Amino acid sequence: MSTIDRRHLLQAGAALTAGSIFGIPLDVAAQAAKGGVLVIGSTQSPRHLNSAVQSGVATMMPAAQLFASPIRMDKNWKPQPYLAESWTLSPDNRSVSLVLRKDAVFHDGRPVTAEDVKFSIETIRDNHPFKTMYGPVNAVTISDARTAVIRLSEPHPAVLLAMSTSLTPIIPKHIFGDGTDVKIHPRNANPIGSGPFKLVEFKPGEYIIMERFDRFFLKDQPKLDRVIVRLFKDSSSLLLAFERGEVDVHLAVTDPRELERVRKTPGAVVVKGAAPAIGPLIWLAFNTKSPKLADKRVRQAINFAVDKQYILNTILGGINTRSTGPLTSGSPFYTGDVEKYELNLAKATKLLDDAGLKPGANGVRLTLDLDSIPGSADQKTIQEYLKQSLTKIGVEVNLRQSPDFPSWARRVASLQFDMTLDSVWNWGDPVIGVHRTWLSSNIKPGVIWSNTQSYSNPKVDEWLAAAGQEMNLAKRKELYKQVQKTVVEDCPVAFLYEQTFYEAYAAKVVNPPAGIWGLTDGLNESALKA
Amino acid sequence: MHLLLAILRRLAWAAGLLVAVLAINFMLIHAAPGDPASVIAGEMGGGDEAVMASIKKAYGLDQPLPVQFVTYIGKSMRGDLGQSYTYNRPVSGLILDRIGPTILLVLTALLIAIVAGTLLGVFASRRPDSFASAAVTVLSLIGYAMPVFWTGILLVILFGKVWPIMPIAGMRDVRQFGVGGWPAVVDVLHHLVLPALTLTIVYLAQYSRLARASMLEVLGSDYIRTARAKGLSEWVVTFKHALRNALMPVVTIAGLQFGHLISGAVLVETVFSWPGLGTLALEAILGRDYPTLLGVLTFSSILVIAANLLTDLSYRWIDPRLRGK
Repeated sequence: MSTIDRRHLLQAGAALTAGSIFGIPLDVAAQAAKGGVLVIGSTQSPRHLNSAVQSGVATMMPAAQLFASPIRMDKNWKPQPYLAESWTLSPDNRSVSLVLRKDAVFHDGRPVTAEDVKFSIETIRDNHPFKTMYGPVNAVTISDARTAVIRLSEPHPAVLLAMSTSLTPIIPKHIFGDGTDVKIHPRNANPIGSGPFKLVEFKPGEYIIMERFDRFFLKDQPKLDRVIVRLFKDSSSLLLAFERGEVDVHLAVTDPRELERVRKTPGAVVVKGAAPAIGPLIWLAFNTKSPKLADKRVRQAINFAVDKQYILNTILGGINTRSTGPLTSGSPFYTGDVEKYELNLAKATKLLDDAGLKPGANGVRLTLDLDSIPGSADQKTIQEYLKQSLTKIGVEVNLRQSPDFPSWARRVASLQFDMTLDSVWNWGDPVIGVHRTWLSSNIKPGVIWSNTQSYSNPKVDEWLAAAGQEMNLAKRKELYKQVQKTVVEDCPVAFLYEQTFYEAYAAKVVNPPAGIWGLTDGLNESALKA
Repeated sequence: MHLLLAILRRLAWAAGLLVAVLAINFMLIHAAPGDPASVIAGEMGGGDEAVMASIKKAYGLDQPLPVQFVTYIGKSMRGDLGQSYTYNRPVSGLILDRIGPTILLVLTALLIAIVAGTLLGVFASRRPDSFASAAVTVLSLIGYAMPVFWTGILLVILFGKVWPIMPIAGMRDVRQFGVGGWPAVVDVLHHLVLPALTLTIVYLAQYSRLARASMLEVLGSDYIRTARAKGLSEWVVTFKHALRNALMPVVTIAGLQFGHLISGAVLVETVFSWPGLGTLALEAILGRDYPTLLGVLTFSSILVIAANLLTDLSYRWIDPRLRGK
């Protein structure tokens, strides 16, 4: 086995002169043969395959094979041409004009035109759950068959990232533009795009079979004949199938014991920190509207009483990363220069004293409910651990379980909770996955993963608004630094850890997607060893 | 004439029962907290008010509950089970896709269990106090007492990992997609072995115990003594005279179990990623996919009713005395 840290992979990629990286011969690219069938195993079953109206890894992974996007992001977060040959930002940053390649066609042979780009971006703006992605898009105008101009109401620094693979599939207007609501369009289960692979068959909950598209616009791509996604009901049978070689790619290993087994599989290559753009954060959220938790000193005290290292190393087997603030450490805007809330019971007790919470007769200062997302054994263990830890500072915790996801989502979205474990993902640019949690304008009861903490700080609102329009990278970074420091100080959530993605490949797989989206990007260059 | 009347009466009952089942199911599932829009938003990694509202509108969930109910009943009476919220395709198509694998799995397991269980029971009843009889009883009870998912996981470890000769998930080898004919049949049968074996182990105990007990009772009766006194061979006495009468309880249980097709198979289907109705129902519950769940429930009610009808008919076939009634 060998493990490649993504960062190391990048560094090594810059200097492809050495004989091998971590035991993998570098001439594998030369050995890569054309053809072959690649089987990806996943426990994430998609509803349908149209990522213009559905986000989530389950849909995005196959959709990235079926659809091409205007832009692809490389491993250094730099936009690269894909369907768009070139793009220009106007001097006032209020319009982006895209020039499409001449030779791109959909799987039915019809050319990809500016009309399709306009239709796709407008469909995404109106239907995609990540509203902020194209929120500022007023209109898309067409200059000629190959040129589309995106008109913005304000500068929008995330616009290029938004046009990358997983987020903006170019869907054919002649199929989806028939007037049916695209969210419930019957062709979502059987779509065509202009991506490297075309759909052969999609059986919900069973498999997705895709075949090489011979008229794909990039020369000599894709290499594989077929990409098959096999859907498993549980992770242990997926793991067993990987060990037996029935599955060539394990989409995401998250459990330390499973990771150990994957590493012991002969020849398996594990990529650590794959898909850094997705960035799942796990945190302990406080309902700041609850009178018991309105005082930030109480929230800080609880945060100081939680040993994050214990959670990371003992409960989770040391395979994830410490989370320190609202941005994942893989983001270009991340800062680690914030209060870390390392375990400090004395400080925690003092904060509670200061907040006027004196221990009662039985030593209890405060009683709180704690929820967790059902279905995860890890979250349950962390929940138990938190109950024990908080007893030490006189906070009594009632553990609450929900029977299934909708029950939990209902409880949290309608603000009927004190504290809950939660998992919220960054999704590339902060505008997409970060702003939503902290903007006071996004306190929307009934909507899960809005600002369900009811957190409100006018300064943070102001900085976020500015950062959402700031085109200068350094200035934008500075604004997010302020946001991170302040949110951590205000403590509407206690940041626990970042879930690190581990993708696992059989020895015969070469050139897996290495960009910021990991396997939710096209397998254009991937191949099997001869 | 009697038979026809009996069937017609049953069918009339069945229609009333179906409407009641539909109504109860509809109310039960809407009583569960959370709605499909929140699940869909959850799967998408977030949503906003407008998106959730438009999802609800697209699926007619913004209508008052009684209106949704009337619409639903009206549509189902016309044979339209609606569109799945989760998969956005007709529920009838989803059910048709999944019913084959479930029937294949459950029927295989049931047939093996009935035949093998009955034979084991007959064997055990011949010498009820022997060691062999005790062994049959103990082994089948162990099989019955083990939780089905545990049996399944043990088999997976044994034949998937320790001695890897069996596929452990799915119904087809996806790499062989597009291959038809005999190789495809062999492939499906190969995938069927472990799930069917798991389910058989569970069912087996019931049939062997049942057959043993009812054989013991029958073998003690006077007509068996008469048969033996006539000088019939032990073989003929056992299988022709005794077993035929002893089969009635076996048939009753088989009929009941066939009706429980879906609930019985759901765990096995989950362990082996078998693409059947049980997993469809489970996914529908978790996803608050009302139309799909209601469709599966309606479908399984029809199955229960049909199974009962068939059981009644087979009584008549086995026991001539019932034919005149």
